[in-house]
Amino acid sequence: MKRRAVAVAVTGMNARPDNPGPGLAVARCLKESRHLDARVLGLSYDALDPGLYLPQWSDESHLLPYPSAGEETFMARLAGLHEASGFDVLLPCLDAELPTLSRLVPWLDKLGVATLLPTAEQIRLRAKDRLNELAAEAKIDCPETKSLFREDFLANAAAEGFDYPLVVKGLFYDAKIAHTQDEATVAFRRIAGEWGLPVLVQKFAAGEEINLTGIGDGEGRLLGPVMMKKRALTDKGKAWAGISIHDEALLAAARRLVAATRWRGPLEVEVMRSADGRLSLIEINPRFPAWVYLSVGVGQNLPEMLVRLALGEKVAEPSPAPAGILFIRYAQEVIVPLSDFEAIVTTGGLHV
Amino acid sequence: MNPLDSSLVPNGTPGMPREAQFPSPEIIGRLAVSNSGFVFDPVSGASYSVSVSGLAVLRAIQSGATDMNAIVQSLSAEFEATPAALERDVMEFAGRLREAFR
Repeated sequence: MKRRAVAVAVTGMNARPDNPGPGLAVARCLKESRHLDARVLGLSYDALDPGLYLPQWSDESHLLPYPSAGEETFMARLAGLHEASGFDVLLPCLDAELPTLSRLVPWLDKLGVATLLPTAEQIRLRAKDRLNELAAEAKIDCPETKSLFREDFLANAAAEGFDYPLVVKGLFYDAKIAHTQDEATVAFRRIAGEWGLPVLVQKFAAGEEINLTGIGDGEGRLLGPVMMKKRALTDKGKAWAGISIHDEALLAAARRLVAATRWRGPLEVEVMRSADGRLSLIEINPRFPAWVYLSVGVGQNLPEMLVRLALGEKVAEPSPAPAGILFIRYAQEVIVPLSDFEAIVTTGGLHV
Repeated sequence: MNPLDSSLVPNGTPGMPREAQFPSPEIIGRLAVSNSGFVFDPVSGASYSVSVSGLAVLRAIQSGATDMNAIVQSLSAEFEATPAALERDVMEFAGRLREAFR
């Protein structure tokens, strides 16, 4: 089969073992595509992100300015990279990038960069502080969530119906189960310091976490769903090992969510399944998860499907993903010559 | 369910067969059971190991045996034990299954 040549810029090439970004897994999926001959531009924010130095998955690596540098700086960097390296598709992998990049879709179109991203409204709908409304619309239980700008609430949480344990979350990242007011206060301060305000508190939903990833076609259909149960966790609760599953209730819930939002682009749905089988929606992430390489393992390469859809190809719905395929992560070191590190630090690019 | 110690030692006198309560046929039916005794639940993602006797019970109920007599009869072709001992093991295994698939 002749593969279509395409250049894809992928963000989120960080890969800390306790909380890896999805970019490296997405890049790996693209490099293993059966339909695409993908040249990957790995984009990152930190010169020590290992994905920048793995040429088997990132043909070119570049630094991006932090969002705090402002939207104009960010746009100028993307335009410069596009002019120098010519990429056809942008596939962002970090939650915090999505609101900006979603706004920039018309500008990216003009630049000649294809995307398949949720709209700004869709991103707002799945925001952690608005998840209850969306869950109600899709008829899925969802633990009550409250936005906090001050930690006072934690002292009277029980009186407000938030018994301990409860979950303290950042608006974009991070979550900590707090069993006492002291633990909640420590988590509030740490998360507020790292990710800003508001900090969210969510009622604790007991059970087992199960996750689904797939692609919304923008017209209400969920494509290529892959479901996973974590089998081993890092200290941050991220999957260190997982296994593909098939849960009809989770699939139906995800389909309702995608239909309710007419979701466009990748997503991850996180739910808790209680002992009696009830599902509670915990989060919707507007991007592929770090475990997306499992989609290759079960025979449906989701990043490949997304790029093909972004390029306007018709993609056949793949067969249902089989249950019982495991992934197990491991950590290893990449040896980096000083000259490569120097190139990233001083010029912001490598393998150019 | 791991490990399942269903001893098949003769014990006691046969009485009236008791009813064993297993998880629903839907749950039992979806389990992937290998000859090694490895059991995988494709819905929960959980996996288990069962002993030779536990495997025989699972096979019997997956193939449609629903009452104790039918299960014990199926097991007696494979294990040298009195019906009473087999029945006791089936009851114990059914309890473990219920616990695993609450």
